[in-house]
Order: sequence, then C-alpha cells, then structure tokens
Amino acid sequence: MTAAVTFNNVSIIFGKDPDAALKLVDQGKSRDEIGHETGMVLGVADASLTIEEGEILVLMGLSGSGKSTLLRAVNGLAPVVRGDVAVATKAGPINPYKTSAKSLRDFRMHVVSMVFQQFALLPWRTVAENVGFGLELANVPEEERSRRVAEQLELVNLTKWANRKVNELSGGMQQRVGLARAFATGAPILLMDEPFSALDPLIRTRLQDELLEFQRRLKKTILFVSHDLDEAFRIGNRIAIMEGGRIIQCGTPQEIVKNPANQYVADFVANMNPINMLTAGDVMETGIAASASETPVSGNAAPTTPLVDILDALARKPGNIGVVDNGAIIGTINAQNIIEGLTRHRRKDG
Amino acid sequence: MDWLSSYKLPIGQGAKAFVDWLTTSGEWLFNALSAVLQASIDLLLFLLQGPFLKGTAFEQLYPLLIIVLISAFAWYMRRSLGVTLFTALGLLLIVNQGYWKETTETLALVLAASAVSMTVGIPLGIAAARRPWIYAIMRPILDLMQTIPTFVYLIPALILFGLGMVPGLIATVIFAIPAPIRLTRLGIISTPPSLVEAAQAFGATPGQVLKKVELPFAMPQIMAGLTQTIMLSLSMVVIAALVGANGLGVPVVRALNSVNVAKGFEAGLCIVILAIILDRVFRTSDAGDVA
Repeated sequence: MTAAVTFNNVSIIFGKDPDAALKLVDQGKSRDEIGHETGMVLGVADASLTIEEGEILVLMGLSGSGKSTLLRAVNGLAPVVRGDVAVATKAGPINPYKTSAKSLRDFRMHVVSMVFQQFALLPWRTVAENVGFGLELANVPEEERSRRVAEQLELVNLTKWANRKVNELSGGMQQRVGLARAFATGAPILLMDEPFSALDPLIRTRLQDELLEFQRRLKKTILFVSHDLDEAFRIGNRIAIMEGGRIIQCGTPQEIVKNPANQYVADFVANMNPINMLTAGDVMETGIAASASETPVSGNAAPTTPLVDILDALARKPGNIGVVDNGAIIGTINAQNIIEGLTRHRRKDG
Repeated sequence: MDWLSSYKLPIGQGAKAFVDWLTTSGEWLFNALSAVLQASIDLLLFLLQGPFLKGTAFEQLYPLLIIVLISAFAWYMRRSLGVTLFTALGLLLIVNQGYWKETTETLALVLAASAVSMTVGIPLGIAAARRPWIYAIMRPILDLMQTIPTFVYLIPALILFGLGMVPGLIATVIFAIPAPIRLTRLGIISTPPSLVEAAQAFGATPGQVLKKVELPFAMPQIMAGLTQTIMLSLSMVVIAALVGANGLGVPVVRALNSVNVAKGFEAGLCIVILAIILDRVFRTSDAGDVA
C-alpha cells in the first residue's frame, strides 16, 4: 500500500493573526479557549494522518470538530497555516499550498474531486451539463466531454434524465449527479463532505450501498466526512474520530469498538448499532464450549461471516453455530454469545 | 443668529468651481463622449424613422414595418398573444394620434440610456460585489444620484454637453444607473458560497467562477435591473425635454406652457402606452419581479 494523502502536523486557523492562535494550540488549549482569547476560530490542530491508496477513510465527529475543514486541506480550500499536506500524483507528491496557481487548478481538475453535502449543483443547468462541469472547466473538447458524461450517467443510472434540469430531480438523484460530476474528471482521489446527510434514511442507505459498489469497480481513494458513526462503520475501511479540531483516534471500526481512546469516543460507540459491523469471529466463544456438547450444532460459519447471517441461521434453527477456519473448529456461537457481543462495546471492561 | 449666517460656507461656489474646472480641462473628453452618444442615438433614430425613404412611396409604410417588427419582438420575448396584440394596437393608436415621430425619439433615448446604464452598471456592480471597499465608496454616490433633484444636475449636464439629446441621455443615465449597479451586486453576493466552492474545487479560475456560476446565478436580478432601468429612463422623458431632448416630453412641456389639456392628454397617453409595452415585453417573470 502506498500513501495517497499525507497530513503532517496540519493546523488550520480562520482569522487574521494565526500565529497568536498557534501559540495557544501548542499549549494544548481547546477550540473554545482559543476563540475566547484571540477571537480566531481553530479549524484543525496538529493533525497527522495518512490515507492509503484505494481505501475509504471516514473523518468522523460532531459539527465543529474540524472534519470538513481537514477534508478541504486536501485540495487547498482551507487555510492551512502550519504543517504539510502531500498528495500523491503521477508526477510525484504535490502540496496544494506550495504549488503555483496553475498547477493547483490542474491538480483540482485531474487529481482530486469533491462531492458536497447540499449537492452544490448549478440549478440552471441540465443534469448532463452539471456532470460535465469539471470537464468544461478543464476545456475538454465537446465531443470527448459528451462521451465521458454519457459514461458517468450510465454508471449512476441517470441516462434518462440527462436533459432535465437538476431541480426536477429528487435529493437522492441530485446527489447521484454530484457523484457523477466527481467521477467524470477521472480524479483518483474523491473528497466527500457529508454527501448523504441531507437525504432521508432509506435513500441514504441505498446510496451508501451504491457508493460501495462503485468503489469495488473504480478503486478510488476516498476521504469521507460523516457525523454518523453507523454510516462511518458501514462504509469506512478506517475511521478517524475528531473532536474540537484534533484527531482523537484513528483505526479500523473493530479497533475503535474494542478500544475507544477516551470517553468522547466511548460515548459515540455506546450509541451505535454494531449489528452490521460484527462478524462471527467477533462474537464467538473461543474453543469448543462446554455447553456445545449438550445442545446440538445447527450450522457452520467462517470467522468473517457477518453477524446478521448468523442471526438469520439461529432464528431458523436454535442451537450452536460452529465457527470453522481452515477445516478446524475454532469457536462456537450461541444466543448468549451474541448478546454479549452486541453489548460488549457498552461495557467499560470490554 | 448673526454668528451663524455671517460667514456663508462656499458650497455653491465650490460646485461651480468644480464644474468650471471640468468644462475647461475635460472639454475634449466631454466632446468625445458627446459625439459617441449622439452617434448612437442617431443610429437608433435612423433605424426607427427610416429617413432614407423620405419622398418615396414607402415613406408612409415605414412606421407600419417598425410596428410589425416591434410586435414580432414582443412575441419572441413573451410568446403571449395578448402582449403582442397590445403592442401592435398601442403603437397604431400612437400613429393615429400623430405622435409617431416623438415616440421613436423617446424610444431611441430610452434604449440608448438603458444600453449605457447596463454596459456601465453591470461591471460596476461586479466590482462592488468583489471589493467591499469599492461598494463603501460607491454607496453614498449612488444614494446621492437617486435623491438629488434631477434639475440640479441638468445644469452641469447642459454646460458640459450643450443642448439636445445628449444631456437628456446623461441625466437619464445618472438617474437610472444605480438600479443595475445595485441589483447586479445583490445577485452576485447572494450566490450560494457552496456553488462557488464547488467551482473552485473543480479548478475554476476566478474568471470562470464569475462567468459560469455568479453571473448565471445573478441573471434574474440583472434582468430585473434592466426592466427597472427602462422604466426609470421613461420617467425622465419630460425632464429630458427641458434640456432640448426631442421626444414625447416636448409636447407635454408645450402643453403645460400653453395650458393645452387636449395636447397634454394625448402626449401623456402615448407615454403610458409606451411604458406598458416596454414593461410587458422586458419583464422577466412575474414571480421574480422586484420593480
């Protein structure tokens, strides 16, 4: 794996005199304290993070935690006052804050593209014209543009709607236009700023699935901002949890559930629904349980089998499930194990 | 109260000195400006009146041709039978009353004034939207232009540009131009920041942001500015007549001087018909109508 984006001690401050605020950042002062003392707004404080090529990393936190701001450091839209951003491109790493204006535009046209929370589509344009917006800015010739636009419309299943105005579409369809616009430039890195937050839950889940489906085919590097831990766990390979401008913890969903770094993360985790994230291996009782000899084994599963499938199996036929890896039984699961597994993240001793 | 009035601050003299200075040092500029504006009005009049047909058999038919063209334009803009019919009948009534020549002169003045106001006003509105300090300077000037009685700046306009259509045009522009400036600025600053950010995120240059995002977003406001400019220009026709601009203002002023009710009413009716036609043809949408 190679790094696609690297943040090295990135600090972002909104205001006229960032140096004064940086001093307080170094003293470990909080966002509120810095705001009170200097009148400046701390966006992000000393964030270091590496996003691997081809992974989905979710930046997660409450509003004001700096997640959207850190996202905008990748394409140079947020005022980074200290630290380094390095984004891998074909021509070597680029720091959007240290490159020329022309190279930055080129970088935004071809290397990173973005999807927005409120879609940010141009309402006076048609669907096709919106999808081609990035290509139009890059002066891609008409013919190639309409070919690439048609490809993207096909991908997001909006071909029929190509000549409609965007405000005739539902929210979910509008965001698919937003996705197609971002895909159209062919940029390998995708920034997604709470893209599904404005949608109702059913549509949200569907678009999450579609995104994962696109990702299987397109293999982009995705930096995804969310305030919803369930969403983060559903789509993220790794999750970075932010609070007050600082990254508190970064790891895989399992690592975060098993080992929350502090009370803030623990509170988040306590309120989430783990059912879609856990696997047979997470809830099983290692070895062959004493009880297993008394009750019948009703089926087998691999350690990576999703917990929901185990639940379905046990609902059909009560008993024990054997967890089999490489031909050997490595553990068993009964109803009690599942209840413990589902509530483990709520208990401190986890 | 003697102490208060014993020394009169030389405000009036100051203004006079400034206008004198403009007259002497800016003569070439005002002459050039005057020539350009006069030429554009002459061109419009040439098209509307068709002097090349004078003395031929077609002289009488030319107004009808213009009426057909204007009605066709009304159809093109509105796709409404009512508006088109009103335009045609209204203009025919004007011909019937014998005010066609004056109407073409007024139309030329209004179109020229609106064109100047828009071509100068839109860039100024964009500049004001981009740089708050420019707007800070502009704002009191715009307020002044809209509140100072028109007759006051007719005097320097008369001195700088002489008698005729041009000072009428200048006075009309001064009166009308704050509308497109303010509305263009309003349209541009109300562009949602997320749209601008999206354009930047896809690599737009500042020029592309303006051309592809801000101006299209501001277009309804800019069109409202155009409608307002046309209406404000039309409301200046009588005042423009005082500095020698031809048009429907002239019979109104004459009727006033000779207490001629019939003539005054006829000319006034022609102005109203013209106003209704221009308003209906150029109004962008009833919903977004600010004027």
